[in-house]
Amino acid sequence: MKFLVLFSYLIFSDLKAIEPDEILDDYNLEKIAREIGKELRCLVCQNEDIQNSNADIAKDLRKVVRKKLTEGETKEQIIDFVHSKYGDFVLFKPPVRFDTLGLWLLPILFFFFLSLFFFRKR
Amino acid sequence: MKYLFTLIFLLFTFILYEGLKKDPRSIPSNLISKEIPEFSIKTFSNSDLSDFELKNDNVAIINFFASWCPPCRVEHKQLLKLSNDIPIYGIAKKNKKQDLSKWLNELGNPYKKIGMDETGLLSIEWGVYGIPETFIVGDGVVKYRHVGPVMRRDLETIKNIAKDLQ
Repeated sequence: MKFLVLFSYLIFSDLKAIEPDEILDDYNLEKIAREIGKELRCLVCQNEDIQNSNADIAKDLRKVVRKKLTEGETKEQIIDFVHSKYGDFVLFKPPVRFDTLGLWLLPILFFFFLSLFFFRKR
Repeated sequence: MKYLFTLIFLLFTFILYEGLKKDPRSIPSNLISKEIPEFSIKTFSNSDLSDFELKNDNVAIINFFASWCPPCRVEHKQLLKLSNDIPIYGIAKKNKKQDLSKWLNELGNPYKKIGMDETGLLSIEWGVYGIPETFIVGDGVVKYRHVGPVMRRDLETIKNIAKDLQ
């Protein structure tokens, strides 16, 4: 029984915040909608994606994503739309630009220096 | 080599320390200096409100609010003051008409027109993430955004920006 509960949780854990009336009938569109939902950050709940958030704004954004999908827009178009309204904050993966270069390069640099430190010959 | 590591350590400490002072909850608006989004919605008095109307005004304030939002009640007095100088358009988010009319009767109506954003979609078009939010629009371009209730100390800033635009 415990196993069954755990198993069903693992399968349905995707549906934590999403409500039945939001889910699209079209299986493929719903799948894309969830992919998008995982790439967009909820604006009021500090590092939670809109897919898993119960906040009002996350719910509204999920609805917009689904509305636009049924209107035939692609994943990129929808993410671009939300990005244009809310800025870089809404993306979990910030775009590579001059002012965000540090975010992308510092970890690599850090790794490089640390390996130098740990593996150099004494 | 030792000095280099110390230097890097100090640099990181400095960057992280500076980062502590920032407020992670304040998100800059992506609409500043951009043209206002196209829209058209029904108003409280059953007429229409669209982006064209806002572009007609030299300066206008757009205030996203709702009668169910306590901070909106806090800022209401300041909006009444502002409405003497600058036209204010309200966008009521997910608000029932009867609740709104009760609210306006009680507190007064600073709004030239009130658009009814029943679905919350218009708020997303404007990049609103929590109400109240207040925008200053000059000649159809978003000039300034204020997140949270407009307090007495904010009036000066808002009036100055509006004056520069007039």
